[in-house]
Amino acid sequence: MTMLSERQQLSYIAAQAADARLNVELETEGMTLNIGPQHPATHGTLRIIARLDGEQVVWAEPVAGYMHRGYEKLTEVRTYPQVTALINRIDWLGSFANEVPFILAAEQLMEVEAPPRAQHIRTILFELSRIANVSLFLGDLGVQMGAVTPVFMAFRDREYVLNLIEGATGGRFHPNFDRIGGLKDDLPKGWIDETRQVMKKLRNFCDEIEDLLFGNEIFQSRTRGIGVIPAEVAKEYGLSGANLRASGVDWDLRRDQKLPLAYDKVDFRVWTHPDGDSWARCWIRLQEVREATKIVDQLIETIPAGPVMAKVPRIIKVPEGEAWVSTENPLGEMGYYVVSKGDLGPFRVKIRSASFNNISITPWVLKGVYVPDIITILASLYFILGDIDR
Amino acid sequence: MGLVDRGRLPAPLTKLFNLGRSYSMWVYQWGLACCAIEMGAAFGSPRYDVMRLGVIPLPASPRQADLVVVSGTVTDKMAPAVKRLYEQMPEPKYVISMGSCANCGGPYWDSYSVTKGVDQIIPVDVYVPGCPPRPEALLEGVVLLQQRIKNEDMAARWRGEGFTPLQRAESEPIVVGGGPIE
Repeated sequence: MTMLSERQQLSYIAAQAADARLNVELETEGMTLNIGPQHPATHGTLRIIARLDGEQVVWAEPVAGYMHRGYEKLTEVRTYPQVTALINRIDWLGSFANEVPFILAAEQLMEVEAPPRAQHIRTILFELSRIANVSLFLGDLGVQMGAVTPVFMAFRDREYVLNLIEGATGGRFHPNFDRIGGLKDDLPKGWIDETRQVMKKLRNFCDEIEDLLFGNEIFQSRTRGIGVIPAEVAKEYGLSGANLRASGVDWDLRRDQKLPLAYDKVDFRVWTHPDGDSWARCWIRLQEVREATKIVDQLIETIPAGPVMAKVPRIIKVPEGEAWVSTENPLGEMGYYVVSKGDLGPFRVKIRSASFNNISITPWVLKGVYVPDIITILASLYFILGDIDR
Repeated sequence: MGLVDRGRLPAPLTKLFNLGRSYSMWVYQWGLACCAIEMGAAFGSPRYDVMRLGVIPLPASPRQADLVVVSGTVTDKMAPAVKRLYEQMPEPKYVISMGSCANCGGPYWDSYSVTKGVDQIIPVDVYVPGCPPRPEALLEGVVLLQQRIKNEDMAARWRGEGFTPLQRAESEPIVVGGGPIE
């Protein structure tokens, strides 16, 4: 160690003291922020524990399970028609879409196929439930950022879609309309004309939301470049649906998969966005509502004639076997792995729900963001608690 | 309000207070599951518009609320939070249990993780059945609760005796679209 003069030593000590004072002034204290389990921004009962340094998140973790209702166990003690009634309630905003993969899996095991008319109507109702689901997301998006108007518009126009679903199925929220081998009923009279008008209203709603919300400067500055998920990370965490497409991955099970649904008869575009930020995720969903209205418009023009129910026995017994069917649900890929032992009910059902994987990325994506951005990122990831916890 | 504290409020004045209370309820929206969306439709949508009934659905915290709507499945993991949030509300407070799950467990009656009825942990004034109930049913529940509040002995409530009617002897919970619970 070199010898320092007294003067140098003193100045060194003074500089160190000044540094220390500076550190004391700017030192930030760690703090743990608990969001939830009851918080408007968590779409239900999700709890997020975030450890903060000043206003930055250094570590965050979602705590799931506050809405765990034990679907997988309950399916083991229900018969197949009863399971359909139960699984409606997993993703409660797009209920009909939950039934379809399960019914398709059971049909695969029984080796029956729904008649073309039933497949067609199934696809229409599938897309209507997508509209009902995602249109509420578009309204709710504003609430997360302090704009209350869009949610009123979303509820206003969502009612039209719910009326359509109720008109066709009898259930406003949980239709329970799908049967193994077809559908419970045919479409009522005058339904198609009404659908045509409602789809126009929904496209107007999309334009309104795009002007009012997506064109808003505050909204843009709160979402652009925030919560960026690169394509590689998105794939690693198993994201699906709009969250994956917003990261630039062109992947849509409606187009890529061959299922007994009417998607091969329609012409639609799968939107992707290269950015992967919150804005991209919101924008993709807006485009998806538009695409869905166009799909419904094309499908209602070409409904084939015929029965809506194939020949199935009165008491449904599914033969032994295993089947996996997944579809592109409003929130992402939803699939059922059904194991049957030849009984009235399934032996075991594994449910792959989209939201569970979609929120698994929150520890990664919330690292380093500021506190207000937690809410916007969670809103843009878009999960539903029933879909996470099942 | 010393008269209320001492439990010596004249009946006409009670009626006046009750009228005011029943038409200025602040309701805390306790969205838990599917019913939360129907509650949102009833409280936050232009078609059903609950504010015309004198109910304000926008308190920021349970500490400012008079009424809470428990809408949806209460799981065993959520139950302590439900109880704690209820205890944070100031007296007098009312509870509407919305949907089959909150009433009795509903479709999850044999599930291992679901609390079979929110009335096991907090007292319930009005039950709204349905899975989920239509928004109109929730609005009817609100109207029935208002009728109940108009008929309440405020001084007894202040003494901590729970709900005591002024005239008629009906203190059992109300069920929308049905009679009393057996």
